[in-house]
Amino acid sequence: MKKAHERATKFRTISGTKVKSLYTPLDISSCNYLEDIGLPGKYPYTRGIHENMYRGRLWTMRMFAGFGTARETNKRFKYLLNQGETGLSVAFDVPTIMGYDSDHPRSKGEVGRCGVAIDTLTDMEILFGNIPLDKITTSMTINSPAAIIFAMYLAVAEKRGIPFDKLGGTIQNDTLKEYIAQKTYILPPKESVRIITNIIAYCIENVPRWNTISISGYHIREAGATAIQELAFTLADGFTYVEAAINAGLDVDSFAPRLSFFFNSHSDFFEEIAKFRAARRIWAKTMKEKYGAKKKESLLLRFHVQTAGCTLTAQQPENNIIRTTLQALQGVLGGAQSLHTNSMDETLALPSEKAVLIALRTQQIIAHETGVINTVDPLGGSYFVETLTNKLEDEANAYFKEIKRHGGVFKCLEDGYFQKEITKSAKAYQESVERKERITVGVNEYVNPEEKATTINILEIDPSLEREQIKNLKAIKGKRNNKKVKSSLKALEESSKTDKNLMPYVMECVKSYATLGEIMDVWRKVFGVYKEPIIF
Amino acid sequence: MPKIKIKRKPKTKTKVRVLLAKAGLDGHDRGIKIVAKALSEAGINIIYTGLHQTPESVIERAIEENVDLIGFSILSGAHMAVFPRAVKLLKEKGARDIGVFGGGIIPDEDIKKLKKMGVKKLFGSGTPLEEIIEFVKNYKSS
Repeated sequence: MKKAHERATKFRTISGTKVKSLYTPLDISSCNYLEDIGLPGKYPYTRGIHENMYRGRLWTMRMFAGFGTARETNKRFKYLLNQGETGLSVAFDVPTIMGYDSDHPRSKGEVGRCGVAIDTLTDMEILFGNIPLDKITTSMTINSPAAIIFAMYLAVAEKRGIPFDKLGGTIQNDTLKEYIAQKTYILPPKESVRIITNIIAYCIENVPRWNTISISGYHIREAGATAIQELAFTLADGFTYVEAAINAGLDVDSFAPRLSFFFNSHSDFFEEIAKFRAARRIWAKTMKEKYGAKKKESLLLRFHVQTAGCTLTAQQPENNIIRTTLQALQGVLGGAQSLHTNSMDETLALPSEKAVLIALRTQQIIAHETGVINTVDPLGGSYFVETLTNKLEDEANAYFKEIKRHGGVFKCLEDGYFQKEITKSAKAYQESVERKERITVGVNEYVNPEEKATTINILEIDPSLEREQIKNLKAIKGKRNNKKVKSSLKALEESSKTDKNLMPYVMECVKSYATLGEIMDVWRKVFGVYKEPIIF
Repeated sequence: MPKIKIKRKPKTKTKVRVLLAKAGLDGHDRGIKIVAKALSEAGINIIYTGLHQTPESVIERAIEENVDLIGFSILSGAHMAVFPRAVKLLKEKGARDIGVFGGGIIPDEDIKKLKKMGVKKLFGSGTPLEEIIEFVKNYKSS
């Protein structure tokens, strides 16, 4: 048969998978429906973790927010909640993420710029002022200092008389992907994972509804990985945490139900949906077959989705609204449990109030106007989507073998294997844009020659907020019981040299109003700091 | 910082030498790594500092290595702290001949201010690699 005329385009997914012009039952003839695809809420959970998905409950609309001081961010939280957001998500500034106080010389110019500045328990009390912590769930994007920020959150609840078993939420607490992609690491990998297993063990006993890690592919993808790499590296990290916790003596069914995931929703519509479906299936199979999990909850891959920041363009920024809409729809069609939609202005600055409202409204429109929530996994059974799902699973399995051959995740970090793989993909992507094999509207095609400067109003962070934060920190240091601070830090230092669970000691430190930087310094002293191999 | 005379490597006559740097706490290194790879494939001599440097350590390294240009990549909003500090340090150390350029998320208003302070060139997101390569290649002759 003569092939019909086709344009000279390379029909491939963003990850480079060739796409055929048509898919038929022959493409999935090797699939056994009940074993490989199955029903939603049933093993291997390809079609979703719940039987009735969004008919039972919509996803949590959780907008990542934070800037300036705790007071400014608390106002933004209330604004978003008033506009119908259903969960909180805290963005911390870079000094907080890197374990430095606002008055540290290294923090100069960075306080409150990329998120909210948190130095002591006082900041956390202000941040969550008049927000019912027993009714709303909070996600906190914090990794290296996760134990400290989490302890502060618990201390706020304790002061308000809220029992810990009423608290729900997530700490990102995924340091492995820091070495791979986001690069806000502090301590060396093994010591970081030790603190993570301490948090896991502490939560089993004390904060049973808390998601102890949000195993993240988002940043791996943003650093330039393909969908396949995002899927494979993230799940490999997940398995590493599972093994670490089992090695620390924990029963897999005691902690696995509280592990959660965080994926990127990039631009390739069907590939992204297939990625979410493949992730669920691989996790369920591996947890059951390799790690011997028995509880149903241990097999469920629950995940948050954020639309892809790296696909947004500084040029014609309003177009970003459409990009985000499509990516959000992918998350919903992929069965996400919670969703953040980026604002159109994020290549220029942190989102303005107007931009963030449009982003939230995007989710509300998908939920209430499109009807996509009426039936579970509407794309299940699509010859194309099922083929892509199988393909992604196979490719991820090939990567797992490769990682194992390299000596496992820790070894791959040390010799820069992940970093090299990602940089290769990032450069290939950029080159395909520059060769115009990949069209980015407004950047390499449909450019507006009249467009000179930014056409939308962007959020400005008042530089005086840095001075205000430092002044407040000084005042707290003067007021607190410095003897108690010293003794709690000393106790943490001593216990860090043993194999004791460190969470209770961190709790004592934050309750004495020791600063985030002071606590992190104890660990820098005991555990040392990580230096990454310089490669490009 | 103690005043130590930094020993400079002799200037090479032909190749442009560039130090690419991440200063501050910002960990976003996708952009700088792509630029590093592209510039070095274009035959430009590239040194990359790695993450979490200070303006002081970058300037010291730049003088030691005797580069023609220093390129900072900043996506954390700290550009108004890092660039002016770098330009000032170069003046103080008598190394005005080393040019400073950069890229990242930098609002138009700030670009204007930074150029007035002596930053040679700032590239926003979406800049084609070719444009950066051209700028660096032509830098020495200008």
